[in-house]
Amino acid sequence: MSKLEPTAEQIKEQKLYADMGMSDEEFALAESILGRTPNWTETGLFSVMWSEHCSYKNSKPVLRKFPTKGPQVLQGPGEGAGIVDIGDEQAVVFKMESHNHPSAIEPYQGAATGVGGIIRDVFSMGARPIAMLNSLRFGELESERNKYLFEEVVAGIAGYGNCIGIPTVGGEIQFDPCYEGNPLVNAMCVGLIDHKDIQRGVAAGVGNTVMYVGAKTGRDGIHGATFSSEELSEESEEKRAAVQVGDPFMEKLLLEACLEVVKSDALVGIQDMGAAGLTSSSAEMASKAGTGVEMNLDLVPQRETGMTAYEMMLSESQERMLIVVKTGREDEIKAIFDKYGLDAVAIGRVTDDKMLRLLHNGEVVAEVPADALAEDAPVYHKPSKEPAYFAEFQAIENAEPEVTDYKETLTALLKAPTVASKEWVYDQYDYQVRTNTVVSPGSDAAVLRVRGTNKGLAMTTDCNSRYIYLDPETGGKIAVAEAARNIVASGAEPLAITDCLNFGNPEKPEIFWQLEKSADGISAACTALNAPVIGGNVSLYNERSGEAVYPTPTIGMVGLVKDLSHVTTQEVKQAGDVVFLIGETKTEFGGSELQKLVHGKIFGKAPSIDLEVEAKRQKAILSAIRSGLVQSAHDVSEGGVAVALVESTFSANDLGIYATLEGSAITALFSESQSRFIVTVKEENAGEFEDIIPDAKRIGVVTDDAKITINGDAGVLVEGTVEEFRSAWKGAIPCLVKSEA
Amino acid sequence: MKFAVLVFPGSNCDIDMYHAIKDELGEEVEYVWHDATDLSEFDGILVPGGFSYGDYLRCGAMANQSNVMAEVKKAAAEGKPVLGVCNGFQILTEAGLLPGALLRNKNLKFMCRTVQLKVENNDTLFTNQYEQGQIINIPIAHGEGNYYCDEETLANLKANNQIVFTYSGENPNGSLEDIAGIINERGNVLGMMPHPERAAHELLGSADGLALFKSIVKQWREQHV
Repeated sequence: MSKLEPTAEQIKEQKLYADMGMSDEEFALAESILGRTPNWTETGLFSVMWSEHCSYKNSKPVLRKFPTKGPQVLQGPGEGAGIVDIGDEQAVVFKMESHNHPSAIEPYQGAATGVGGIIRDVFSMGARPIAMLNSLRFGELESERNKYLFEEVVAGIAGYGNCIGIPTVGGEIQFDPCYEGNPLVNAMCVGLIDHKDIQRGVAAGVGNTVMYVGAKTGRDGIHGATFSSEELSEESEEKRAAVQVGDPFMEKLLLEACLEVVKSDALVGIQDMGAAGLTSSSAEMASKAGTGVEMNLDLVPQRETGMTAYEMMLSESQERMLIVVKTGREDEIKAIFDKYGLDAVAIGRVTDDKMLRLLHNGEVVAEVPADALAEDAPVYHKPSKEPAYFAEFQAIENAEPEVTDYKETLTALLKAPTVASKEWVYDQYDYQVRTNTVVSPGSDAAVLRVRGTNKGLAMTTDCNSRYIYLDPETGGKIAVAEAARNIVASGAEPLAITDCLNFGNPEKPEIFWQLEKSADGISAACTALNAPVIGGNVSLYNERSGEAVYPTPTIGMVGLVKDLSHVTTQEVKQAGDVVFLIGETKTEFGGSELQKLVHGKIFGKAPSIDLEVEAKRQKAILSAIRSGLVQSAHDVSEGGVAVALVESTFSANDLGIYATLEGSAITALFSESQSRFIVTVKEENAGEFEDIIPDAKRIGVVTDDAKITINGDAGVLVEGTVEEFRSAWKGAIPCLVKSEA
Repeated sequence: MKFAVLVFPGSNCDIDMYHAIKDELGEEVEYVWHDATDLSEFDGILVPGGFSYGDYLRCGAMANQSNVMAEVKKAAAEGKPVLGVCNGFQILTEAGLLPGALLRNKNLKFMCRTVQLKVENNDTLFTNQYEQGQIINIPIAHGEGNYYCDEETLANLKANNQIVFTYSGENPNGSLEDIAGIINERGNVLGMMPHPERAAHELLGSADGLALFKSIVKQWREQHV
C-alpha cells in the first residue's frame, strides 16, 4: 500500500471519511460490519457504494412504491437495464440515466459520457443498442453561460452518438431559470435482443475467472459518483477532474466485441464499469450471485503509472466492462477482444466466501463483504413536509391570463424555446444510421422498425416540470400520461417506462415531499396505463447555491407498434380531411406556456387529470388508428390547441387548417387541459371514427391553401399563413444561439 | 453479382449498405473485415460510412493504412465498381483513388437531413438508372463533407464529366461548386457524401437511392451474360 495514504486511525480520528461524503454513523456502521476500522481503500469502497448515486439510500423508500411488474416485463429494476417482451422471442431493453453534475462542469464530456454510460448499460444485457433519446433542461437561453452549456451538451451528445453509430431519434428540451447553473442531461438508450441472448451481471460459479475488458484504467472520474451526490457550488469547478472523458470509438469496438462474446456459452456474467467503476461492478456481480470475488489489481490494464488500489477501484475511466468467464475458456473470449484490439485480462476469480478481496503488490489491500457494499447501505426515511407554496397555489382560482392579440400571442408561444422547433438540435444528431428510423425527430414519438418483422417501436421522453413543481402528484401523473399520449398518437401501445428522478437536496423535507408525491403520481399513472417502471435512476442534490431545480422526474417510454401500417404522425395529410378535437377543454393555465409568457412566472394549480378518462381515451384512439381511420394524430400539450393545430401543418406540403373553437377564446386557444388529442380523419371515415370516439368534436377541416384560420364564437381569432408561423417556430432557437443551423 | 462491404474499426453504416443490397436488391453481399488480403471473389466493393478509427486523425487517413485498401486499389485498377459513401468517400480520397479532399462543413457542425441532389451525369455505371438532371432525395449525415480541390483538378473534373451529383438548392456544407459526388476518370470509382443506402425504402422516407445500386447491377449483368 502506498505510504502516502492515511492510516485507518488517521481516517477515523481526523474524520477523513467526511471528505468522501460519509457520515459519522455510516463510518461507524462500516466499522461494525468489518469488526475493525476500514483502511483508506476500504473507506473509499464504502463511501462510493453507499453514495446516493450507487445505493439510492435516500430514494429507496420512494422507489419501492413503483409498480414494476407485468406480464410483459422480463427484467425489472436492478440490472443494467430493464427488459420487455415484444413477441417473436424478441425483447426491447431500455434505460435512462442522468449525467447532470458532470455536464454542469464540463458540458461536452459530461453529456458525451452520459451517452456512453447508458449505451453500456444496454449492451451489457446482451442487447444491440438501436436508438438514443435525451431529455435536457437548461436555464433560459439569455446568458452566454446557458448558451454555452446548451451548445456543448448537444455537441457532446452528437459527438458520441454519431461516432458510435446509434441513431439519436428523439427527446425533449425545456428552458427555465430554475436550471440556471444546474442543467439536467438525461440520456436514454433503447436496445433490441433475442430472449436467448439475455445476460445478467452475475459472478456465478465458484472458481470461474473474472476478466477485465476494454479501455485501460486511468485516474479520471475518481469519486465521480460521490461528486454526483452533492450540491453544486462555486467550488464545483475544482471537481472538473471528477468528470470522465469519453472515447466513442473505443466504445464502438467494445460494443461489437461484447455482442460477439454474449453469443458464447463461455460467458457467465457481464456488467458495465459505470459509476464507481471496478468497485460497483465486482461487488454487485458477486452480491447478486451470492459469491465473492478476488482480484489482483496488479493485473488491471493501466494507462498511468503508480496507481494505487484506491485510485484503481474508484476510477470511472470509460469504456470498460467486467465479465465472468468459465474456467479454462478464457482464451476463446480473449480472441474475440483481440480482433478489436482490446485488452481482455484475467484479473481474478469467483470465490465462495462472499468477500470482495483485493490484492495489490502482493498484499491484501481490502477485504469487505460484497453484500455490505452492494446491499447493506443504510436506508434513510427522510422527513417530508408539504412546502408552504403548495397550499398557496392550491388556493388560487383558475383564471385566464390576459391576452389582447391572439395571433401575436400564438406567434410568441411558437417562439418560446420550450415550444419552438428543435431542428437546430436534431440536425446535429445522426438519427438515421442503421436505417430503421421510420418517424424522425419532430413528431410526437420516434418510431423505429424492427428489421425482419412488421413491428415497430415507438419511443419518447417527457416531463413538464412546471406542473410537477406546482403539484407534484398531479404533475407526476401528467408526465406519464403525456408520454403515453405521444406513444399512442404514433400508433403504438405503451409497454413500460424508465425514469430519471431529478430533484434537489432530499435532506430538505420540502424537497423530499416533492419526490414522494411525484412518485405517487407516477405510480398511479403507470398502473392506470399499464406501463410499469422497469428501471431508471435517481439524481438528487440538483441545486446551485442552495436553490433547487424544479422537481423533474423525466419519463422515458417505449411502445410497441404491432403493424407498421399503424404508424401515425402529427402532420395533416390531405385537404378535405376532418379535424377532430378529443377531450374537454377547461380554463387551466397553472404552469402553462401562456402563463409564463404573460406573467413571467408560474403559479396556481396544475392542470387536472383523470386517469380513468385518460386510459379509456388512449385505448379508443389506438383502436381508431389500428382500424385505419386516422390520418394524423397529435397530443395537445404546451401552448394548447392553437399550438397543436399549427404544429400539425408545419411539415405537411402546402396544407392548412380552417377550424372553429367554442367557448372563451383564450381558454379554447391556449389552455393546457390534459388528455386531449387533435386527430384528422378522411371525410368518408368521419362517421365511423365518431362511432369509436363519441366525444370527438369536429372543429374544422384540412385545407389546400397553406393557411391557418381559427374562428371563435365571435369571429376570426387567428389568421395567417403556415409559413409565417413556421418561420417564427423554426427560427427561434437558431436566433437565440446566434449560430447558423 | 457479389458485393463486399468493407468494415473498418469504427465503420457504422456497414449494416445499412449490407441490407440495401441484400434486402432491397436481393444480390449477394458479405462483410469484409479491414485486415482482409484478398477481394478477388467480389464483383463490387462498397466502402461504407462511419467513423473509421474514430476519425481522430484526418478522416479516412488511418483506414487508408489498412491491409484491405491495397486490395481495393487492385480491384479499382481491374475496373471493378468501387463505391465510397460518406466516410467511404473520405477514405477513397485519402487512398488517392479520387481527387480532392473533404473539409469540415462550413458551419463547423455535424448535420443530418435529407437533401436534394441533381444527377449531373447519368452516363456512368452508378447512375444509368437515373435521368440526366433528375432531382433525387437522399439523406446526408456528416461533419466533414465540404468537398475541396485545386483549380486544375476542378477543371479536369469538369472536362471529363466527373461531377456526378451536385446539391440542388441549398448547399449544406459549403462544397466547391455544390459537389456532392465525383467519379474517377476511368468511371469505376464513385465517392459521394450523401447516403444512397439510407434511401432504399419508402418506409424510411425515400427510395431514390436504390437506382444507384440497380445501375451497378445492371451494368455488371450486361458484361457477365
